[in-house]
Amino acid sequence: MTALSGEPAAANALPDPAGLPDLMEPGRGGGLADVFRRRYLLRLIVRRELRARYQGSVLGMGWSYVRPAANFAVFFFVVGIFLGMSRNVEHFPIFMFSGLILVSFFNETLINATHSVLGNAPLVRKVYLPRELFPVASLLVSVVHLVPGVAILLTAAVMWGWTPSALALGSAALGFAIVAVLGMGLGLLGAALHVFYRDTDKVVDIATLLVTWSVPMIYPWHVVRDSSPGWALDLYLANPVAEAVLLFERAFWWPTTDRTFAFPPHLTRDALITLALAVLLLGLGQYAFARLQRRFAEEL
Amino acid sequence: MAEPAPTAAATAPAAGAPSAVLVEAVTKRFTLRHAHSIKNMSIRALRREPLRERFTALDEVSLDVAIGESVALLGVNGSGKSTLLKIISGVLPPDGGRVRVRGRLAGLIEVGAGLHPDLTGRENIFLNGAILGMDRAETLAKYDAIVEFADIGRFLDQPVRFYSSGMFMRLAFSIAAHTDPDVFLIDEVLAVGDPLFREKCIQRLGEYKASGRTMVIVAHDVTLLRSLCTRGVFLENGRVLWDGDIDTAADLLVTKRRERRAAARAAR
Repeated sequence: MTALSGEPAAANALPDPAGLPDLMEPGRGGGLADVFRRRYLLRLIVRRELRARYQGSVLGMGWSYVRPAANFAVFFFVVGIFLGMSRNVEHFPIFMFSGLILVSFFNETLINATHSVLGNAPLVRKVYLPRELFPVASLLVSVVHLVPGVAILLTAAVMWGWTPSALALGSAALGFAIVAVLGMGLGLLGAALHVFYRDTDKVVDIATLLVTWSVPMIYPWHVVRDSSPGWALDLYLANPVAEAVLLFERAFWWPTTDRTFAFPPHLTRDALITLALAVLLLGLGQYAFARLQRRFAEEL
Repeated sequence: MAEPAPTAAATAPAAGAPSAVLVEAVTKRFTLRHAHSIKNMSIRALRREPLRERFTALDEVSLDVAIGESVALLGVNGSGKSTLLKIISGVLPPDGGRVRVRGRLAGLIEVGAGLHPDLTGRENIFLNGAILGMDRAETLAKYDAIVEFADIGRFLDQPVRFYSSGMFMRLAFSIAAHTDPDVFLIDEVLAVGDPLFREKCIQRLGEYKASGRTMVIVAHDVTLLRSLCTRGVFLENGRVLWDGDIDTAADLLVTKRRERRAAARAAR
């Protein structure tokens, strides 16, 4: 046997059926479970995404602060000062920012997940990997971008007298869970559809615009109650992202106020139902993705 | 596990050795879609042009590669050999039939797909290693060997986009060749790269073969295939025309190529 630069001679070089691995079908997707099994690769892909995004930029990761800061400034001056929302809502900057970071997290997850498979076309075409890796990596990159936002929000909230409580932490966790699960479910669908229909990202783009304005982020939810019929309010509150935003407000903003602001009744119960539905949607998205991914390589 | 029954088209593997790759009556049809957006689809529908066309790339192909065998897939362009390799690697699913592979599989299918231009050579070794199924400990253990084989020296900490195409290929091949797979799939990768490195690759493949691992190779270089492989499978229009010794298969390829060229001349 020739020396192969110090590698161990594989035991399977001998035709001994007893010690052999079984014959397996290649490319049989194990879905999200497969992604978990290959989390080392997932970590490297997430790091690659982050590195590639800020490659050659002076600010680097600093850009993940600039974007929310600019967003914040625009909404704060236009809505808070010019339109006078600061007078109606106590601690308006915290109120708005708690919604803003969550909505940005959702939008970023959805947009990046939708592009993720197409953006990795050379890999998808030539190497078999669990393709769910790419949307999941998009989600994790968004989580990384969410962290500085939460840090700023918490700092401001603490300065305004925020203290941790079961209600606050529970609401934050529930709100995050809804958006993450929903974003992943829709992201898987978007990623798979985008391979077949290049219209998908345009649709997603418009959807994120609608999401930004259809959540109680720059205005309190009761504005809708006071100006629209009951069914419109029900519809409005059925939006999972709106519910998650309300939860984030209850987690980070409400404890800093005089606590007279009333949230919609049964918010926690409804949010738990929403989370269950989001998990269902994730299952559906995963199923559709698993079916469609078999044709990815020939479509790309 | 029971030894699977040999399929009709495949010759019996060497001396009853268990299969490393088992392809059973695999059929692959491609759908050529002409439109990729709703707008284009509507236009084509209005003009009554077909939205898609189907053709059969592989037609009930069966192949049983025993452990330790080196098999060449030959055929003129469009005969389905690359498609077969992609189905074995799991990138493409078969439409009919079944493919099974034993052990770790590494594909040198257009190497470099996993190299990211913005990452340095060093980072790419870890990333591409992970893509090919190595964990961190394994990559670390083989790191020096990979670097030495690729011979990219001081460029190791430069982003890969600054590499010459030769360096790029060397790094990609080196990573793939060090994944130490049980089944190695190679597609047309030896066509590029400088002659010196090509020699090194071929030598590496030779060592690889000698160590009793399994290889399936697609290449156009008949001389190379004759030296590396013992068995040749000749494909034509998605069917196995010959499965047996490499010399007959290689002669067949030379003949077919000559026929093709003659036909092309006649057409002009």
